[in-house]
Order: sequence, then structure tokens, then C-alpha cells
Amino acid sequence: MSRREALQATAGAVAFAALPLPAQAADSAATPVPPTQTLPLEVTVNGRVHQLAVDPRLSVLDMLRERLSLTGTKKGCNQGACGACTVLIDGQRVNACLALAVMHDGAKITTIEGVAEGETLHPLQVAFIEHDAFQCGYCTSGQIMSGLGCISEGHASSAEEISYWMSGNICRCGAYPGIVAAVAQAAKEDRT
Amino acid sequence: MTTAIGKSLSRIDGRLKVTGQATYAAEFNQEGQAHAVIVGSTVGLGRIEAIDSAAVEKMPGVVAVISHLNAQRLAYNEHRGPIDPPAGERLHVLQGTEIRFFGEPVAIVVAETLDQAEHAANALKVTYSARQPQVDAHAGERVIPAVARRPGARAEADVARGDADKALETAAVKVEAEYVIARENHNPMEPHATIAAWNGDRLTLWSKSQFVANEQAEIAAIFGIPPENVQVNCPFIGGAFGTSLRTWPHVTLAALAARHVNRPVKLVLTRKQMFFATGHRPYTLQRIALGAQPDGKLISIAHEGAGETSRYEEFMEALTSVTSFMYSCPNVRTSYRLIPLDASTPTYMRGPGEASGIHALECAVDELAYKLQMDPIDLRRINEPQIDEGRQVPFSSRSMLKCYDLGAERFGWSRRTPEPGSMRDGRLLIGYGMANASYPCLFAPANARVRLLPDGTVEVEAAASDMGPGTYTSMSQVAAEYLGIPVERIRFSLGRSDFPATPPHGGSMTMASVGSAIRAACLDLQAKAAVLAAKGGGNAGLAGQSPEALEWRDGMLFVKGRSDRGVTYADLVSYGGESPLVGEGTAARDAETGQKYSMHSFGAVFAEVAIDPDVKTIKVRRALGAYGVGRVVNPKLATSQCIGGMIGGIGMAIMERTVLDRRNGRPINAHMADYLVPVNLDTPHIEAHFVDEEDTIVNPLGVKGLGEIALVGMSAAVSNAIHHATGRRVHELPIMIENLL
Repeated sequence: MSRREALQATAGAVAFAALPLPAQAADSAATPVPPTQTLPLEVTVNGRVHQLAVDPRLSVLDMLRERLSLTGTKKGCNQGACGACTVLIDGQRVNACLALAVMHDGAKITTIEGVAEGETLHPLQVAFIEHDAFQCGYCTSGQIMSGLGCISEGHASSAEEISYWMSGNICRCGAYPGIVAAVAQAAKEDRT
Repeated sequence: MTTAIGKSLSRIDGRLKVTGQATYAAEFNQEGQAHAVIVGSTVGLGRIEAIDSAAVEKMPGVVAVISHLNAQRLAYNEHRGPIDPPAGERLHVLQGTEIRFFGEPVAIVVAETLDQAEHAANALKVTYSARQPQVDAHAGERVIPAVARRPGARAEADVARGDADKALETAAVKVEAEYVIARENHNPMEPHATIAAWNGDRLTLWSKSQFVANEQAEIAAIFGIPPENVQVNCPFIGGAFGTSLRTWPHVTLAALAARHVNRPVKLVLTRKQMFFATGHRPYTLQRIALGAQPDGKLISIAHEGAGETSRYEEFMEALTSVTSFMYSCPNVRTSYRLIPLDASTPTYMRGPGEASGIHALECAVDELAYKLQMDPIDLRRINEPQIDEGRQVPFSSRSMLKCYDLGAERFGWSRRTPEPGSMRDGRLLIGYGMANASYPCLFAPANARVRLLPDGTVEVEAAASDMGPGTYTSMSQVAAEYLGIPVERIRFSLGRSDFPATPPHGGSMTMASVGSAIRAACLDLQAKAAVLAAKGGGNAGLAGQSPEALEWRDGMLFVKGRSDRGVTYADLVSYGGESPLVGEGTAARDAETGQKYSMHSFGAVFAEVAIDPDVKTIKVRRALGAYGVGRVVNPKLATSQCIGGMIGGIGMAIMERTVLDRRNGRPINAHMADYLVPVNLDTPHIEAHFVDEEDTIVNPLGVKGLGEIALVGMSAAVSNAIHHATGRRVHELPIMIENLL
């Protein structure tokens, strides 16, 4: 079943299913939308506009992972306690597991997939590799998104400050010294 | 000469991980996939009386409700992998009404979306008849493990040399204490996850596993199908620390559900469910008694340890093993018991056995040093053994003394004033503590395949895993080293059950085992290539030479002693012999070496704590480990691994515990907000150092393994530092504010 068919089969989406869907919204995530109440939603993820009909219970995290096939954002605890799901919503870092998708109609979301410029890694991504700021890699997307927020908030002027403002992102492998060094390096490059 | 081993390369898979492109088990979404959610028992012991699924089946999106009432009867053929407990029978799921522990799976709800499945699973009405579970290890009966009771048993529950009890009576200086260590859960960042898809009688699993070869065999046994009908894939693991060594019931449930609904099913455990049935470090109770002469020489060590297990399996770990060889002492007695509880089966967690056992031993040694008024390192030096006195065989290598020297120097141990409470930083109480660490050098049979491609690149395959240590990178370095070509030309693949079989990705044996197999495969490839060249490939003048007259240098094949007309791998392939050229390698430790030598990694770990004198908050300010782990393949990644392990040890020391409600066996802190682990701000200044150590006995690579030892000892170092700061000996873990008030 295609996304278009899925939308048309969905009662709650009838109103806008009749509208011409932008080509870029015909994403390929294969999960069929079930016969349940859905609400229309438009979000821009990494610069791409998506029009969706979503279950009001759907989190931004599950929207990314299960509907948009953007699995770079990770589910660690689904309770807002680990930070693995950190994304930027309208420039602010947010635990995507605690954000309901329907509350973010019109939002601009940046995920780990939208950080590099084509083949060119963001300086923070380069710094993460250089400083070995991860082992298993599962918290890394959230760490990098949180690090971007930490830098843009102006919370990266010292190792101590970075450590404090990055403490919402758990790394069970214990790559914290590398994470702090990587954020510090990228923050320094950002200032110069 | 290309020397790839020993280089601090960045991770080969780094780019994938920083761009979100590394794909973990739950991310292999399949066409037509449904979502499954487990319903766990809300009683800790008893029976299912009724399951009323009618209402739930009518909920939007629900595809199926599967319970013992309608689940497939599974074969559960005998299969006991090397990571499964030696006695007992694994949990059978959805096959009957008995409830053995809180959270045991009683049903699965399958629905079109995850939200629908979760909602429906929460709505399912299950009625139980409950009995009172016994989950208190202190009140439990201690039993001798069944495998030790059997005649001719390999495992011994009681080990002794000399007469420790008699010697203790005569000892001039004694310490005796009991140690309690809380249950811990691994809590890797990635939850357990399995996507199961059947194609006729063939099953494919994308499943989080540290041991894909065993997962294949276990699921085949459970479903009564040939192992070759099961394919397990796991290219990335989001941390595991032991929890993904065994194949737990959720893997079975995912496969069962997929067959039931006849479409692919994704099943991901919730964080809460990660505390129910996927193993944990067992709650342990230990008693240590040490006796010494006035000069510090140990004359008696008694170590009694007991760990929780379930009623249906006997999980065992090496809780007391180290005690027999860590120190020189004529009279040593150790005993190991199990305490069956109405709980799920524990499993290996980073540094299994050693982490808990060494904690007790090393805290007791520190206590003895105070009674003797000796420096704790000096006391350990006095009791340094020349051989493994437990087995009466030499160590393959033991760099304990070098570790003391290097660690003490880098840590600044000489600044320590021994009197408890004598060091301050402003108003904060400062304490320095140290402890020994050790972990055995395991080496299990492993296989690997190396394939030379026409463009001169090399594919390397093994069914291994990379849960974070950097297997992708370090194995590529091994292949590059032995083939003499740049790492960039190696492409190493792992995590598929149809690749050459390897041992579990645990027990610090991956590099020793898989690395040695890759080395063997590379040498096999070179030998085959030399035969090909000697047979007359090409015009390089090697035709007609005997293969023995040829040698490899810098990734090229030459006539021995000559440097002209060398042949590259790419040349060899183009000669049109076998293409692609394949090398196969197997590695295993011979039994004789295992009998002749005692093989262990050793280390000395140090910690500095700062404690608020009024509210007793504990901060680990510095941590340092000096390790003798043989050859280090990639110092950059090895340092990360050690730092991570030490941070895990800090968690064990002052944060981590899973608490069970004694009324019903429910883990009351089953989430990341209340199961405390170290966060960024908890991280001390931390250093890992490696002493130069050459060990030609442990394995062909001379690597001793470091994943486990990195965690071992740190809890004792922190505990000893807390005593140094406060004068308080806290004999339980984790040590919390309330222990110091």
C-alpha cells in the first residue's frame, strides 16, 4: 500500500487527501496507516516537507523512526530520561520521545540525518570521530544534536559548562570525556 | 613494512555512527511489518487464571492477541550454548500458566502500529492467582551448584589449599567482613529488539545479539527447525555489556508472533521490560577473612560467596576464582553458593564474577593494610606471588608490579597521607583509594574467511559482533597487519550467522579469538597465493619456484632474499587461478597451554573522591587505571574502552542498583530516571595507561583482552577512597549518602 493509498483509506485524512500531495511527501515508509482516528500534520524535517495523517498518540520520535524511515534518531528509554532521541525542533533541543507529533504542526525539525552538508560532515561530527566520542554509537545521534543545541545556546564556553549542559544525554559506554572534548572543539571552531 | 597493529586509528565505522546511518536491529523495517508488544505478569509468583482478549481484539489496528491459550506449541529441543547456565531449563514462553517472576511474558499483542499495540497491551485483562514470591537473597537458602555436586564435576564450589581457618586463628592481624552488592542491570542504550520474518519454514531475524551463531542455534532448537533455516543479522549493537549474549524469550516471542500473524513482526522491549527477563548482575553476599603476620605477609584467606539465581536455572559466575591466585598465601579457602529466588535468571554483566569478587577481596586487603599500618600498595607488593599458587602453574605474564609503579606515579599516590580524613580541599574531605583488577584471558575456537578480490582489496568475514569496542576497526588492523597492505584495502564484515562461526562477543575474548582466526585466514590466503604464483602465474619470475622459496614482505610476494620482481595480491588474482582467492582460518587454544599456564590480565586502579562533610555527597574526582593486557591493537579505542569500563565501575560503586519490591518481586526503579548511571557531569578526570607487556603464550596475537578488566576493581578503589576520606567502611554497594550520614 502506498502512502497516498494509506492516506485515502484513512477517514481523518479525507479532507486533505483530496489535495494534491507535494511529490516530496510521498515518502516510502511502508507501514500502512490503520483504521483509527488520525489528524493531519505538516512538518519540515531536514528541509523536506512532509504531510502526514497521524495517530494523536504518535510521538515525534516514532514519527521519525516508524513513519519517515529516519532511524538515525534513537529510542533509548521513551521516557525522556536518556536523551538518545534528542532532535532540534525550531532550533531547540527536545526529547523527541516526549513530544507528541500533533503538537508540532508546522514545526521545522532537524535530525542527525540533516546535520552534514552532503558528503561534508559538520565540524561537530568530525570532532566526534577525532575524539572517539562514542563506542556503540547508539546515543551518538542524540549527543550530537544536543551538542549542537549546547553550542548554539552559548553553553559551551568551558569543559565544566559543557559537561553540565550535556548531562541530559546518557552514554552507557562512558565516552563522556570524548564528548566534552568534541563539543569544546566544535564550539571553538564555531566562534572563530 | 605496514604495521597496522598498534596504530591509534579512528573508528572505521565512525562516519556511519555520526551521521545516523549505522543500522541497529529495530531499524531493519520490513514490508508489511506489524508491531508486537509483550504483556508482562503483574504478579511475582503464581498462575494465570484467565486472559480476556475479546475486547482487546476489537481495538483499532489489533491483529492478534497471543497467549498460552492460542500460541504455537514450541519444540524447545535441548540446546545449551556456552553462555547458557550449566544447569536448569530455560524459560518457555506462552506454553503454560505458571508464573515464575514479575514481568514474565504472559501474552503478546500484535497491531498495525506501535501506538495501537502498546495501547492494546495495556488494556489486556489477565487474571492471576498469586502466591508470595521470595526475592530476598538474605533470607534465601544457599545451595551448592548442581554442576559442582555431580561426580567428576568441572566446576568446584569449594576450593582449598592449606587450612585457612586454622591459620586465621593463629594470625597476628585479622580482618573479617561481609559484603553485599546490589543487583545491577546492564541498561545499554539500545533496547533489546528483534524483527522476525518467515519465508515458508525459513526464518530471518534482525536481532540485537552478541552471539549470532548461538541465537541461530537456540531459535532453531526452540522451533524444532534446522539451524540452516535460521538467519540472524546484527551489524551494530547499541551497547550490551553482556545482556545480549543469551537469546532471551523476546526473540522467541517475535518469531512466534511473526508465524502466528503470517507477516514480519517487530518487537522492541520497553526500558521497563529490560529489567524483567534479559539478565542482570546477580545480587551477591560475600564474607572475607584475612589473616597476616605483623610484617604483612598473608597467611590466611577465606572467601565465601553466594549469588542469586532463579528457580529454573543456575546462573554461575567466577565470584571467588581470583582469590586463589591474586596473592601469595599458603592457606586459602573459597566457597561458592547459589541462592535461588522467585526471580528471572541473572546473566553475565561486564566483568562477571570478578567485578563483585574482587570488590570484596580488595576492600578487605585495604582494611588489612590499615590494621597493619602499612601502605595498601606496599602490602600488596609483599604478597605478590611468583606463580599461580592455586593451580601451581606459572603465569603466562603478570605485570602487577609494573602496574603499581606506573599507576601510583601517574596518580600521585605519594601525595596521599594515610590517616582517614587527613586530606582536604577547602571544606571537602578528600580520599585516595586503589585496588587490584584481574580478568582471565579467554580464547575460544573461532573461524574467519578472507577473500582477495580482483582489485586487490580484501574482504574479511566472521560472525563476530561490535557492541562498541571497535571490532570493525581493530579486526581490519589485524588483517592489514598480516597481509601487509593498508587498512583502507580491508573490508571487514561481521554480525551474520552465515559467516564463519565465532565465540560470544563477551568475556574479553573477541580479539584473542576472532583476531587469531583472521590472522590464520590471512596466512592461509598467503600460502595459497604463493602456490598459485609458483605454479606459474604471470611473468614475475616466480613460476617454477617452490612455495617454500617464496616470502611475503610489505604485501608483496618475493623470492626469498630478493627484492626484485615482487608480485602483489592484485597481480596474483589476475593470473587467473582461483578467483577470488579465499583464505580460511581457525584458531583455538591448545589444551596443553591451558593446563601449563595461568593466563590473566592484571591492573591497578586508583580513585580520588571528594565528600561533602555535612551532606556526604560523594563525587569521584579522578580515576586512573594502569593495565597489563598484552599487546594493544588500537591504543585510541582501547583507551576509550578502559575509560568506559572505569565509568561503569564508578556506577557500580556509588549509583547502580535494581531494587525489588519484596511483596511481589517488582523492580521498583525500572527506568533510566531511577536506575542511576553516571552522566556526563559525574565523570571524573580519568586516565587509562598500559604497561609494556609481551605475552607469547596467551594467543598468536599476544592480546589479553581488556573489556572486562576495565570495570573490575574500580568499585573497590572508590570504596577504599571513601574510607580514606571519611574513616567509614561501607560494606555494601552502591555506597550512598545515607551510608555515610
